[in-house]
Amino acid sequence: MSVAAQVVKKFINDPETVVPEALAGVAAAHPGLVRVDLENQLVLRAEAPVAGKVGLVSGGGSGHEPLHGGLVGLGMLDAACAGAVFTSPVPDQMAAATRAVDGGAGVLHIVKNYTGDVLNFRMAAELAEDEGLRVDSVVIDDDVAVQDSLYTAGRRGVGATVLAEKLAGARAEQGASLTDVAGVARRVNERARSFGVALTSCATPASGTPIFDLGSDEIEVGVGIHGEPGRRREKLGTAHEIVEMMLDPILEDLRPAAGASVLAFVNGLGGTPLLELYLLFNEVAQQLGARGVSIARSLVGNYITSLEMAGASITLLELDDELTALWDAPVKTAALRWGV
Amino acid sequence: MDSAQTARWLRESSSAIADNKDYLTQLDAAIGDADHGSNMTRGFAAVEQKLDELDGGSPPGRILIAAGQTLVSTVGGASGPLWGTALRRAGRAMGDVEQVDDEGLIEALEAAVDGVVELGAAQPGDKTMVDALRPAVDALRAETPEGGLARGLAAATAAAEEGMQATVPMLARKGRASYLGERSIGHQDPGATSAALIIGALERALAGPA
Repeated sequence: MSVAAQVVKKFINDPETVVPEALAGVAAAHPGLVRVDLENQLVLRAEAPVAGKVGLVSGGGSGHEPLHGGLVGLGMLDAACAGAVFTSPVPDQMAAATRAVDGGAGVLHIVKNYTGDVLNFRMAAELAEDEGLRVDSVVIDDDVAVQDSLYTAGRRGVGATVLAEKLAGARAEQGASLTDVAGVARRVNERARSFGVALTSCATPASGTPIFDLGSDEIEVGVGIHGEPGRRREKLGTAHEIVEMMLDPILEDLRPAAGASVLAFVNGLGGTPLLELYLLFNEVAQQLGARGVSIARSLVGNYITSLEMAGASITLLELDDELTALWDAPVKTAALRWGV
Repeated sequence: MDSAQTARWLRESSSAIADNKDYLTQLDAAIGDADHGSNMTRGFAAVEQKLDELDGGSPPGRILIAAGQTLVSTVGGASGPLWGTALRRAGRAMGDVEQVDDEGLIEALEAAVDGVVELGAAQPGDKTMVDALRPAVDALRAETPEGGLARGLAAATAAAEEGMQATVPMLARKGRASYLGERSIGHQDPGATSAALIIGALERALAGPA
């Protein structure tokens, strides 16, 4: 039985201006790294367009920070378009971003597989192509909680989005062609699988109350990143049991080669402390080890979030030498930074 | 339908959606992400602003194309491109005539629904806006020739509402609700609900004097 939903306290001035105020904050915090186009709600790499480099554009609803604006900079995205909270941006924004980052080598759109994102990016690509720009698009759909069938909108784009932006961004930084950069993003998507679990719901600034009610001993299994309920609801188990429940469908679908090495990414959904995320990573490492999968690279933290939702997702990316080298390549963004 | 009635349809749609903003958002919270009411309200408020800017001389088709472009540019999500396409297709089908006759209106609405189906790839029964729009347009086509436009529109409104209610037991196969699988059953689709509001607005807009 649901009781009256409780208002979630938030640091806001006005629900209507949360996104532009946060973007202004990004501009003020990282002036050397990015500039912000407030009219189009874009975070742009400070030096964009980079002549001769493929431009990388991504975007989506707000509420997933640091995705995508915090991933703009050297070795990653050239532009991120911010929509309203949990709502895809509009084609005009995406087309403006495409124009702003085109350095003559074409522009890659990295799109998470949600109906709204896909439709708006498709319209934006058509607008940009009408103006003579070269655009390729890669749709990320790595969430194994959703059956990819005629009966759904297809798998959601979740954790692999961060990895695709990093690896394709690194390839673009090396001066590769649009075809080549898009190929890296596609390969990441083919070789990565994710699964998410929520301990709590979350509240959009506009509504102020949690999207779903969850009992104190219940978890939502198979959640995405928009506060939407998951595939099923279960009793809260131990971290060991929950990680097992998440790794099973990932490995069943990914079917890594014997002796494969992976990038293991334990991602917080916004409201789970790093203490617990590292505890989860320990479980992931032990359980993968027991199954003969070795972890060659790792990422732990809040990178693709669902506002203040407590919960986590696990993403495994089966690596090869090229992808490993691209992961290690320098990156300088607000949220990811190494080798520079 | 003339220019004034076209503008009245859009303004009626805007009020109906704004009045039901919280209701649409509640429906969306159950099987989506709780933003349908605010996104559609924002888009149609922008359409009303656009109507204020348009000079009175624009023919109905031009008004709908401008409104569709405005929705694409302001709604976001899936509803922006889908409703934007619907109105633009309807507008294009009307061409530049000053007064759209009954057959022209029916054909324009058929083109609108075809555009939505083409872009969103949803079929009747998938638990989407198509479940309200398709039966509405079919009812308009069936009823108007004998009963006249007023009765055709009344039948369309009734069919849209029936189609909207029929989404409750459906399993969602498109859009964000499809991620819930079986759990989408038992909830009314918010997209079908706003679609029924917009069809109802058309009936009201054409009921009054031209």
